[in-house]
Amino acid sequence: MKLIPLFVILPLAAAFLISLLGKQKRFFCDIASASITFILFVISLATIFNINSQILPMIYKVGGWLPPMGLPLVVDNLTAFMLLIVNFIAFIVSLYSINYMEKFTAKLKFYTLFLLMLGGMNGVLISGDIFNLYVFFELASIASYALVAYGNKAEELEAAFKYMAMGAVGSLFILLGIAFLYSNASTLNMADLSQVLSAQGTNKAVTFVGILFILGFGIKTAIVPFHAWLADAYPAAPAPISAMLAGVVTKSLGIYSIVRIFFNIFGVNPSFLNLLMFLGALSIIVGGLLALGQTDTKRMFAYSSISQVGYIILGLGIGTPLGILGALFHLFNHSMFKSLLFLNSGAIEYATGTRNLEKLGGLREKMPVTANTSLIASMAVSGIPPFNGFFSKLLIIFACIKSNHIGYGIWAIVGSVLTISYFMKFQKNAFFGPLPKELKDAKEVPFLMQASMIILSIVCLLGGMVMLPKISNYFTEPAKTVLVQGKDYSNLIFKVLNEK
Amino acid sequence: MMTYFLCLVLFCVGLYAIVRKRNIIKIIIGIVICEYAVNLFLVLFAYKINGRSPLYSPDQEITTMADPLPQALALTSIVIGLATTALLVGMAIRLYEKYGTFDITKINHLKG
Repeated sequence: MKLIPLFVILPLAAAFLISLLGKQKRFFCDIASASITFILFVISLATIFNINSQILPMIYKVGGWLPPMGLPLVVDNLTAFMLLIVNFIAFIVSLYSINYMEKFTAKLKFYTLFLLMLGGMNGVLISGDIFNLYVFFELASIASYALVAYGNKAEELEAAFKYMAMGAVGSLFILLGIAFLYSNASTLNMADLSQVLSAQGTNKAVTFVGILFILGFGIKTAIVPFHAWLADAYPAAPAPISAMLAGVVTKSLGIYSIVRIFFNIFGVNPSFLNLLMFLGALSIIVGGLLALGQTDTKRMFAYSSISQVGYIILGLGIGTPLGILGALFHLFNHSMFKSLLFLNSGAIEYATGTRNLEKLGGLREKMPVTANTSLIASMAVSGIPPFNGFFSKLLIIFACIKSNHIGYGIWAIVGSVLTISYFMKFQKNAFFGPLPKELKDAKEVPFLMQASMIILSIVCLLGGMVMLPKISNYFTEPAKTVLVQGKDYSNLIFKVLNEK
Repeated sequence: MMTYFLCLVLFCVGLYAIVRKRNIIKIIIGIVICEYAVNLFLVLFAYKINGRSPLYSPDQEITTMADPLPQALALTSIVIGLATTALLVGMAIRLYEKYGTFDITKINHLKG
């Protein structure tokens, strides 16, 4: 319980210290960032075990103020699940950046922004107050805008400007929604808000706020009508940041905020679920079709990311416990394999200097670790058993069929076939075939980059084990329960508060 | 009611600038106008007619007062807006260095 604020304090303090002290010692920022993210990962592991032993959510009252007044930090099972994913990927990415970021000049600023982004994401996950969530959301967003522009080339600035203009408008919609919500309910605390809104009954203002929130958070999640920034921003960012953006930023800022607000505060209704299902299915197909034609590896993965996030949204939209379980499981899997794929493409760029699939080829002999890990990731994302992606897609398709949405189930299967086809194109063009002359002296990447890719590929390989009851009872099942119980969330929070 | 309507108009003016203008600086100004409209809205619904400032004093009974919380929210959102605007303007300067223009139709190295 005392550990909860550390999720925000540690990254922010580290960001500050790195920008202050990093100039004197060359390795200080590497060591500080890797150790801080490792400590956060250990704390999030401790949190997930802790919360499972006591079932009820943990609440930290900042400054001792009670929730309707103060800004509580709340960790429940869903939060613990997300915290584990975010901090694990952050640790892997900071291991990877130690070597990868050498080719950039301002490594110090990279780590500062990276840790600010991590602090913001953790803050979004643990905050129990909707305006506090917005503030952390902006912290993470602004750091990510700056990180996309990090390379400072013309294309990167263009992509960052596009991302930032859209993101700023999205944030304004969210702020407007919060303003409407407050003028309607006179509270900003999530649990309190949920109770006040259910006492009011159905309300047109809440529907309007819901639309504003879908617009705002939808831009961050990059579901299809709002996806224009994503395919430019992911390739422009440095590889570790693309891995963070695709792996966790869209999920913690986008999907987590949507499900927390809609499932736990507003309560779901069928029209909202139908909208989610439709947007999810649209994202699956549009993302998949756009990915097919790409020759830039990172751009292909970016579109693939839209398509895979579509599966998560579709699973959430089905709304049955099985669908939500599949969606959360796919969220975990997608963080793992998509981060791995972006790290792979970073490794290819590090070794050869290009990301263009037409100029690559035959790298299998030269870079065996990258080739094998990316093969694992490609098979996982295409849903080939026994890798983790297979099980989560299977769950989502089962949930579609069980709830009589056979049409959406077929769309999901078609999307999966599309996924296999573009990943086959990626594998064939990058790692098989003849080796072009220019790439004769390509070497395997340094050890730490290899290590981080290997760790992620092992997780992809064993990720299917999360289906086993012993693991899922600790991991996905409790997180699913939080969403299935819906508005009971507020009762649980007040129960914890009244006990003390 | 009129003030709320004008606030909405202000927001729409900002949105219009973001969507329709081709100059990057004008887009940034559009974002800033939108931001001010939202801040204005926050302050507007906190206000009460004939309300007093939300200060505690032991010798008076407070019946009507302006809600202080949205004012604090507006303050926070102004600070966030400052950070966003500064970053946007910084990016616009760099874009001008690279492309030699502020026109977004000419800043088009990225496709697809």
